[in-house]
Formats: sequence, C-alpha cells, structure tokens
Amino acid sequence: MSMIFRQSQANKVSKEEPKKGSSPMNSSATRKPSEPLKFVDPVFTLKDVAVSYGDFVAVSDVNMQIPSHDITAFIGPSGCGKSTLLRTLNRTNDLIPGAKVHGSLFYHDADLYHPSASAVEVRRRIGMVFQKPNPFPKSIYENIAFGPKVNGRPKKSELDDIVEKSLKSAALWDEVKDRLNESALGLSGGQQQRLCIARSIAVEPEVILMDEPCSALDPIATLRIEELMAELKKQYTIVIVTHNMQQAARVSSYTAFYVTEVNLTSDRRTGKLVEFNETKKMFSTPDDERTEAYVTGKMG
Amino acid sequence: MATTSTSLQSRVSLDRRIKDFTFTTFLSISIVASLAFIFYIIYRLYNNAGFLLSWDLVTFFPSYDIDTAGFQSSIMGSIWVVGFATLFAVPIGVMTALYLEEFAGKRNRFTALLELNIQNLAGVPAVVFGLIGLAFIARGPLSWGFTVGSAAIVLAMLILPVIIIITREAIRAVPPSYKEGALALGATHWQAVSKLVIPSAVPGTATGTILAVSRAIGESAPLLLLGALSFVTFNPTGLDSGFTILPLAIFKYASDSREEFQVLASAGSLILLAILFAMNLFAILLRDYTLRKRNI
Repeated sequence: MSMIFRQSQANKVSKEEPKKGSSPMNSSATRKPSEPLKFVDPVFTLKDVAVSYGDFVAVSDVNMQIPSHDITAFIGPSGCGKSTLLRTLNRTNDLIPGAKVHGSLFYHDADLYHPSASAVEVRRRIGMVFQKPNPFPKSIYENIAFGPKVNGRPKKSELDDIVEKSLKSAALWDEVKDRLNESALGLSGGQQQRLCIARSIAVEPEVILMDEPCSALDPIATLRIEELMAELKKQYTIVIVTHNMQQAARVSSYTAFYVTEVNLTSDRRTGKLVEFNETKKMFSTPDDERTEAYVTGKMG
Repeated sequence: MATTSTSLQSRVSLDRRIKDFTFTTFLSISIVASLAFIFYIIYRLYNNAGFLLSWDLVTFFPSYDIDTAGFQSSIMGSIWVVGFATLFAVPIGVMTALYLEEFAGKRNRFTALLELNIQNLAGVPAVVFGLIGLAFIARGPLSWGFTVGSAAIVLAMLILPVIIIITREAIRAVPPSYKEGALALGATHWQAVSKLVIPSAVPGTATGTILAVSRAIGESAPLLLLGALSFVTFNPTGLDSGFTILPLAIFKYASDSREEFQVLASAGSLILLAILFAMNLFAILLRDYTLRKRNI
C-alpha cells in the first residue's frame, strides 16, 4: 500500500472574527455580510463565478474556497445551481451545449478554464460520482480497470493491484473478490455506487465530486457510503451535493448553502451562494436567516 | 359473510365493455390477417413446388432443360452482390452515424441539412438508384459495366441510409451515463465512444443491418437496370464478373411459357423466402442473445 499522503494540513481557518453586532440589522435577509472562509492551500478558489446556459444564468456571484482533504457539502433547494456548480469543478458541464462559465475558477494555482487547460486532464485529477450508480456494462474487474487503461498501458499485474486496492478502499473487496469477472450490473444499488467510487479512486484523483451519491440508495447503503466518505477524506478532497441536510450535517466539515433568487422584474431564477461556513455553525448558529430557515425546515 | 353488501361485480357499463371488446377483436383480426397472408403464400408455393425441393435445386445451374435447371449461379450472385454491398455500406453507414451522433457537435444548419438528406435518401425509390448506377457506374464516368461491383455499389447506396438511421437509433439508446462515467475518469471523447458507446450499440446496429440486408436480397428493380436479368451459367469470380440474382432468376423462369419452369420459379421463391426467414431469425436470436448477455 503506497498511499501518498499529501501534506495534510488541518485546514486552518484564518477567518477574521466577525465583529458581532457592528452591522445594522436593516437587511431583511442577511443578518450581516459574512466574511468568506479562507483556507491554507485551498483546492478550489472561486471568484465571481457564474454559470450560464445560453442566456439563462443558472448560478452567479459565487465566491468561495474549498479546503483540501476534507468534505465540503453543497446544500439548497432544487434549482439553486448547486449541481451545476459541482459539475463546473471538473468541467463536466462543458459537455452540455451552450454552457459557459464566467469569473475565475482556480484548481490550486491553475485556472481550470484557461484555454490551455485540458478538460481530459482536469477530469483525471478531479473524479466524479453520479447521482444514479452508473457502472459500465462490463465485469467488476473491467469497471475498475477502465480508468487506469484509458490513462496509460498498465501491466496485468499492476492492474490486479489497482483493482484490489481500489475495491478495498471502497469497502467492497470482501463482497466481490470471488466474482470479479461477473457483470457489475448484477450488484445491488449500494454496491454499484461503491463500485463507482472505487472506479474513480483507481485513477488516483485528488478530488472526488459526488452529485447526490445516495439519493438512489436505501438508508443502510447510504450509511455505508457515508462511512466510506469519512474514511476517504484522509486521502481525498470530497465535495458532495446533497438534498439530505442530515447527511450534510453528518459527513461534512464545511457546508455551502445556495438559494434560488427570483428576479421580480424579469422572473428569472438564478442560484446564489447564501452562506459558506463550518457545518457545525451552519446547523446551529448560521450567519444568515435564510440558512437558519432552511436547515430548520421552515423553507425549501 | 353472506350478508355483506360488498360486490365485486363489474360496474363497467355495457357500452364500455362493447367498445373494449370491439377494439381488441379488431386488433386480433388485423394480426391474423397479416399472418394468414404470409402462410397462404408459403402454402401455395409449397403445394405448387414442394416436390421439387432438393439439393439439385441449389447445385444445378440455369438451363433450358428442366431436368438440369437450378439456381446455383443466381444464389451465388445474390450472395456476392449483397455481401459486397454490406461490406461497402456498413463501415460508411456506421461512421456517418457516429459522426452525426457523437462528433457533429451542436445541431446547426449543416447537420440539419445532412439529416434531412439522409431521411430523403431512405425514401428514394430503388429504381432511381438503379438509374444512377446505370448512368454513372455501369456506364458513364466509371464504366464498370454490368458487373458484381456496379450492382454492389448500387445496393450499398440503397441500404446506406437505412443503416445510418438504424445505427443512430442504436447509439442514441446507449445510456449517456456510460459516456459521462468514462469522461469523469479522464477518458478522451474517442476513448469513451470506442470503448463504451460503440460496443453497446453493436447489437442494435447488427440486427438492424441484417434486416436491411435481407431487404436488399429481395430487391430486384435496381439490378434489373444493371444487367442482372440475363442467362448466367457461371458463379461470380470477382467484382468484375457478370452476375444474376435470385429474384430475377425467379422472374426469368416464371415468365417462361412452359409450365414446368413456372413451377421451378415457385421453388426458387421458396428458397428466397427460406433465406429471408433465416436471416430474420438470426437477427432476432442475436438481439435476444446480446440483451440477455447485458442483463446478467
């Protein structure tokens, strides 16, 4: 097991202590403009990011940083642009005709949308697990071997190692080790989703993006995935979009809350980042009233 | 129990039941009618010429002597012409479909025009392709003459639009999540397409192609113009050799004034039908097999 541990700083938050009560409470929505969280060596830095499809702006004015080796959750009501934003982080949104990203989106110190940046390379480093488990119609072994194969020509013995290691990391090895050559479509939904996680691990990404990974799973399978995520964050940076607020509270260290703002004159709906804070704070004493309303179930 | 007022008797009105009954009856009659038609044809042919069925029928060459007349050269001619037509049409058709579905990008005027033309091409009468073949391939610029090559190209033109349309359907039926998953692992677009999309589209494409090809075997009009209606007593030896095809050999025997030859034409029709049924059966088995393989 040659796991490369990147220097795992304990994501020190260098956030300035907000001066409590110094701002007027006249704004109906926000109690006070919260200072953005800042991290040492963040994985992603978003500045004034907006994503549009044609002339429809799905989400705009997003400013945030995403810390490494930790779990960040995106929550918010449907249509608030959280999935769109997640998909821009590994350029999966490029595949939708007409999608365009504005503002600056940095992965470490590299501009993700620089003309010289290759979407293929971006996606190799930043993997993705989708809402619905999507194993390929191949054997379990071939599903895991797919990524390493498209990224090089590994030897059979190397592949065997990668398959075993990835399945072990995804806590699936013991269940499937005797049937590696059977179709992955024969696995249960929860197993399929862990297979998809193992498949993304196999190409050794730095980040794994998860788009509602448990929404198609039963509670027990969900629990297993959540345990797995807690294990994986030692090695990987995870960003998860979830509709399940308890899940965000359980697994993530940081939570970003988005809402859909409706422009009353044009009736256009645009997603906005309301608040990005430590998860503990988000679910106890959030800075923004809308966050509090959402997490307590009064809105959304 | 007897005193309960729960009634499970149908409360659907008579009027609705009659409508229901009429409609299902109508549907049943339609299917029986179409099947009966096929069985009647086969029955008549078999009754007429069943006694002739033997290996002699496929091993004898055409002859003016009824005792030694058979269909070997026309069966071989059909196989050669349709075989080469498939060989020409499948790669071009599959690649065109792949381009349109995967690489043409956003729908624009160019792809819209391409699509419209493919749809139109699929509707062009076969005899028009025959005329084009006569004017440009058999004679005119290419001047290949009345050969297997000319005929194969004309039949390829005929089945090409069908293959393109079928392949596009098959590609569209591949779940987009396969491609998304592959791209998320750092695969290039071509890797995702070649390793996942194409293999998943093969069953649909293959069965569709077989059906298109079995249509081409029965096609006679375009090849009528390319010299297939001739008395050929040898098997084709290459793209440049003369040929005849089974449907036209049948036509030739059927138009003979002697009754024995008309019966021979019926026997030929049975052979043609047998070939078509065999190909369709193969297409069905292939589809079932690949479906089962995917669903384990």
